[in-house]
Amino acid sequence: MNSALARMRLPGNSLARSLLVVLAAGLILFLLSEELGAFNDLQLANGAYYFAALAGLTVLTGLSGQISLGHGALMAVGAYTVALLIGDEHWALVPALLAAVLVTSLVGIAVGAAASRLRGPYLAGATLAFAIGLPALAEQYPDTLGGANGLVINPPTPPSWLGANFPLERWEAWIACIGALVVLFVMNNLVHSGTGRAFRAVRDDEIAASLCGLHVGRVQTVAFIASAACAGLAGGLLTVVLQLAAPGAFELALSLSLLTAIVLGGLGSLVGAVWGAALLVLLPTWTNDLTRSFSLSTNVSNNLPLAIYGFVLIAAMLLWPGGIQAGVRAVFSRLRPSRVTGGT
Amino acid sequence: MRQKSHKVLAVGAICALAAVVAGCGSSSSSSSSVPGVTSTSITFGTHQPLTGPAAPGYSEIAPASQAFFDYLNAQGGINGRKINLIIKNDEYNPAKTVTVTHELVLNDNVFGIFEGLGTPTHTKVVGYLNSSKVPDMFVASGCPCWDNGTAQPYTFGWQPNYTIEGKILGQYIKEHFAGKKVGVFYQDDDFGMGGLAGIKDEVPASQIVSTQAYQPGGTNVAPQISAIKAAGAEVLVDFTVPIYTALGQLTSFTLGYKPQLVVSNVGIDPITVGGLLKTFSKGKAGTELIEGAITDGYLPSSSDSSNPWIALFRKVHSQYDSSAPFDGNVEYGMANAYTLAQSLELAGKNLTREDLVNAVNSMGSKLTGPGLVPFRYSTTVHGGYSGVEMGQVRNGQIVLFGGPLVTEPTAGTPITPYTIAQPAPPASGVSVP
Repeated sequence: MNSALARMRLPGNSLARSLLVVLAAGLILFLLSEELGAFNDLQLANGAYYFAALAGLTVLTGLSGQISLGHGALMAVGAYTVALLIGDEHWALVPALLAAVLVTSLVGIAVGAAASRLRGPYLAGATLAFAIGLPALAEQYPDTLGGANGLVINPPTPPSWLGANFPLERWEAWIACIGALVVLFVMNNLVHSGTGRAFRAVRDDEIAASLCGLHVGRVQTVAFIASAACAGLAGGLLTVVLQLAAPGAFELALSLSLLTAIVLGGLGSLVGAVWGAALLVLLPTWTNDLTRSFSLSTNVSNNLPLAIYGFVLIAAMLLWPGGIQAGVRAVFSRLRPSRVTGGT
Repeated sequence: MRQKSHKVLAVGAICALAAVVAGCGSSSSSSSSVPGVTSTSITFGTHQPLTGPAAPGYSEIAPASQAFFDYLNAQGGINGRKINLIIKNDEYNPAKTVTVTHELVLNDNVFGIFEGLGTPTHTKVVGYLNSSKVPDMFVASGCPCWDNGTAQPYTFGWQPNYTIEGKILGQYIKEHFAGKKVGVFYQDDDFGMGGLAGIKDEVPASQIVSTQAYQPGGTNVAPQISAIKAAGAEVLVDFTVPIYTALGQLTSFTLGYKPQLVVSNVGIDPITVGGLLKTFSKGKAGTELIEGAITDGYLPSSSDSSNPWIALFRKVHSQYDSSAPFDGNVEYGMANAYTLAQSLELAGKNLTREDLVNAVNSMGSKLTGPGLVPFRYSTTVHGGYSGVEMGQVRNGQIVLFGGPLVTEPTAGTPITPYTIAQPAPPASGVSVP
C-alpha cells in the first residue's frame, strides 16, 4: 500500500523525485531538531556531517569499487580550509564551506588520478599513507596551521530573527543538516545518472567497461573527486560544529571508522550511509552510558566502548553481511508479497 | 521500481532514526532548577588524559581528587552534599576535549567542570563553558589564559600562572647562573609560551641563545635538543610535560650534553619522570638524569613526610587511592579537591552556579590550605596561586629551599618573599575563613 502510494505520488522525473525526497527528509529533520534537547541537537549535527562524508565514501567504495582509507585526511583539508578562511580571513560561512568543497575537490583530483592507477591493497596502502601523512602537516607548519593546538573559530551566531534565546546547538544542527541534504540531493542524482551507471560498470568489469567506450581511469577519478568534495564539506561542517580544526580530530581512527560505518550501514547505499552516521554518533554514547551504569573501574570502562563497537561490528557482519540496509531490505521484501495478496 | 522502493526506505530510515534520537532526548531532559545538584549530592565533570602523550603521571590526578572527595563524603560531604566527579578521557586531544565537555554539560548535566587538564585541550572549551554559564573551576594548567575574570567570569585557574613561575625561575637563573648561556625547550602552545614570556622578563635577552618548541604527540626531540646544544647553552630550561622532560634528558644523555637543568613544576615529578626514563631506556637510566635539576613548588614536597598536609594526603591515599603511587600528581589532585570543597562550603547550602563563582571571587584570596602561597582570586583576577618556592631534585626527591616568593604576571612587577606560615589541616572536613 505504502509503496503503491509513493509510486503514484512521486513524479517520473528523477531530478524532481530526488528533490521531493530531500524536502521530505528536510522537513523531518527540521521537526526533529525542534523537539530535541541541546545534546541531541549536537548529536544530530555530528550525524549530519558524518553522513556527508559517508555518502561520498559509500559511492566511491560501493559503486565505483575503489577503497579509500584516506577520507579522514580529506575531511581535514575541508576543515582547515574553513578554519583558515573564517578564522583568519573572516569569510562568511557559506562561501567558506564552498571553498572547502572546491579545495578538497582539487586535492581529490591529485589523489584520485594517482588512485585510478592503483588496485586493491596498493590503493588501500596509498590512501592510508595519505591519512597518516596529511594531518602531520599541521605540526610541520605550526605558525599557519596551529600545530597540535589546532585552529579555533568563533561559534556560528544564529540570525537575530530566530530570537535571542535560540539554542546554538540547534543552529549548528540546522547548518550541518542542510549540508547533509545538499549532499543527499547531489549524490542521489549522481548515482542514478549516466555517470553513476559508468561507476557501476567500471566496478563490475573494467575490461567490459572500456570495451563500451568508457575511460576507466577517468571514471574512477571522477568518482574520487565527487567523494572528496563530500568529505571536504563534511570536514568544513565539523569545524563549524566543533569550532576547531586540530590534527587530533583527523586521526587514522576516523578514516577507519568511516570505512567500517559504510560497511555496517550497507555498502553503496545512501540510506546505508544514514545508518552508518547514526551508528558513529549513537553507539559511543550508548556504550558510554552502559559502562557508566555498571560503575566499572576506569581501566575497564575506558576500553569497553571500543570492545562493544567491535562486538557489534562482528555481530552485524554475521547477521547481515550486506550491512544494516540489506537487512532492512530483506525484512521489507519478506513483508511485501503477503501485503500484495492481502490487498487484492 | 527498485529505485522507488529505495526512496520510501530512505524516508523510513530517517523516521526510524528520528524516533530513536527523540527517545533519548526525552529521557535526558532534567527538571531540577540547578543542574547537577540535589539535596544530597553535587556532580562535577572533568576531562583528563587517561591515555595519550600526557597520561603518564597526569592520569593519577583526577582519581586522587575523587579519593579526597570520597574522604570528605565519608564525613558527610560539604553542606550535606556528597561530591561526585565524572572523569572522561580526552587523551590530551583538543577535538576529544570539545566532545566530552559537551557530553558532560549537556548529557550528564554536571554542575560544573572541575580540574579540566591541559592548556591545548582546555582552551578549546573555555568559550563554550562561559557562554553556557557553567562554572569552570580550577583548571589543571597554569596557562595565563585562565586569568581573565572580566572576559571569562566562570573560569578559574588554580596552580601558579606559568608567567609567574617563569619569572621566579628566571630571577634564580639571573642571580645564580649569571652570564651563562641559556636554552629554552618548551611546548608549542600557551603553556610553553607563557613560561618563556616569564623567563624573558627576568633573564637578559643576550643570555638566551636558543628557544626550541616541540609539538605534543611526536617522540623525536633530537632536532630541538641538538640545536640548543649547538648554540652552546649551559643552562637548559624545560617548560615540558613529564614525558618530554624524560625524552629531552634521554636525548641530551645520548648526545653527551650535560647542561644545568631547570624544569617547570609541571614536568619534574621525580617518580613520574624517573619511571618514564626507566621505561624508555629499558631500565638503563632513571632519576639520576634529573638529579640536581632546579625547579619550584607551590605545595609542600610530596616526599616531605613531616608536613601535616602530606600526612593527611597520605592517609587519604592509602584508604581510597592506594593503587597509584603517592607522588606529586596525587598530591596535586587532592590539594585541588580541597580548594573546591572549601569553595563549595563558602558558597553555602542553597547553591547556584553563580553562588560558587561569587564565593571564589569574594573570598578566594583568603583561602588557606595545602598551598605555600596565597591565591590571587578577585572578580577580575582568576589566576590561582601567586607564586612558588624554589626547589631542587636531590637524591631523587624535590627539596624546596629559600622560602616562598610571590609576584604578579605583569612584566616588571617585583618578586617578594611571602612569610606567613602554612596552617595545619583541620581534623576533619575543610576549614574556611
